Amino acid sequence: MAKITAGVGCSHVPAIGVAMDTGITEQPYWQPVFKGFEFSREWMKANKPDVIFLVYNDHCTAFDASCIPTFALGCAAEFQPADEGWGPRPVPVVKGHQRLASHIAQSVILDEFDLTIMNEMEVDHGLTVPLSVMFGEHGPDDEWPCQVIPLAVNVVQYPAPLGRRCYALGKAIRKAIESYPEDLNVMVFGTGGMSHQLQHERAGLINPDFDKRFLDLLTQDPEAGANISHVEYLRESGSEGIEMVMWYVMRGALNDDVREVHRHYHVPASNTAVGHIILENV
Amino acid sequence: MAKEYEDIPGTFVFDADRSREGYWLNQFCISLRLEKNRQQLRDDPEAYMAKFAMTEAQKQAVRDRDWNRLLELGGNIYYTSKLAAFDGITFQDLAAKMTGMSREDYRDMMLHGGRSIEGNRYKSEWEGKK
Repeated sequence: MAKITAGVGCSHVPAIGVAMDTGITEQPYWQPVFKGFEFSREWMKANKPDVIFLVYNDHCTAFDASCIPTFALGCAAEFQPADEGWGPRPVPVVKGHQRLASHIAQSVILDEFDLTIMNEMEVDHGLTVPLSVMFGEHGPDDEWPCQVIPLAVNVVQYPAPLGRRCYALGKAIRKAIESYPEDLNVMVFGTGGMSHQLQHERAGLINPDFDKRFLDLLTQDPEAGANISHVEYLRESGSEGIEMVMWYVMRGALNDDVREVHRHYHVPASNTAVGHIILENV
Repeated sequence: MAKEYEDIPGTFVFDADRSREGYWLNQFCISLRLEKNRQQLRDDPEAYMAKFAMTEAQKQAVRDRDWNRLLELGGNIYYTSKLAAFDGITFQDLAAKMTGMSREDYRDMMLHGGRSIEGNRYKSEWEGKK
């Protein structure tokens, strides 16, 4: 049977991808950002997933303002890295796991979560930056070390789904994955955040106290963390910090009790606080 | 509908009402993801803007590159940032412009931990400061 072994939380700041793509990760500005992923890359090699279920948000790339699905599940055979305005990132095509994705779609929709099904979709930095930081540099002619099932979540137009809803969806996704008959090691990634505001006069907001509390609750008291309200995210973590609800899909897919094996936090990457955590099911 | 986030200073939450108001502005901005559209904007800005049913105020904010005004008129930052990219402005420099800081001062603020949450939670905390 397929089994979820671990969850990863990770920011997906586009500038991190640019730093990797242009080979400047050793510069003093970037070195501390990437230092925190050295452990993670070794851990990924040791714990080799077959499939990553990757929760992220599209940044008006696959979906412009004409279509805004709250939860969109990628069921395609492959997903091309998108041109976000300066050419596609030079990274491998993302390969899906179609049978597992179809199984998840059927199971989760019958569990009362009304997903949108994407049989064609391009993926932007929200999905490829977490793969890059966790797996290291891979060029467009390489392959990612595992298959990926994307779940795109609307966090651009308010309201995003509630943290509580994301947490419940994670539980339904776990039930779906762990009823799939093939032996697969599955990891779930929740991406985005941490505190940041990209817009208007309050741009540049960073709130490390909020971020630390968020990470503590995520590990130790997810029931409480899942109830963080939208207005609290907006006010305390910045208007774009609300992306952090996506980490709760990941958390819902794990055991109640998890072991935190790694945490990394750094300010800044461009306008954003970088956060990263690895949680193993115990 | 009650909007309890309206008392956050210096912030325009992109909700369903703003999405409705800003629809054509945002579609104009996102069209600049593609080079063929960027070329049309370079060749004849007014003719290209005319393809989108923007209000005159929105068009003027585009002409003026008034980044905060664009958000106030229903623009969303992930969309307006494509217009900034068209101008060769990075996301961080765009953020600096919206806050009224120089790029150096803004970058320096971020290197020193960013804008503090203290004094920046409620509009009432900004009154008399500006």
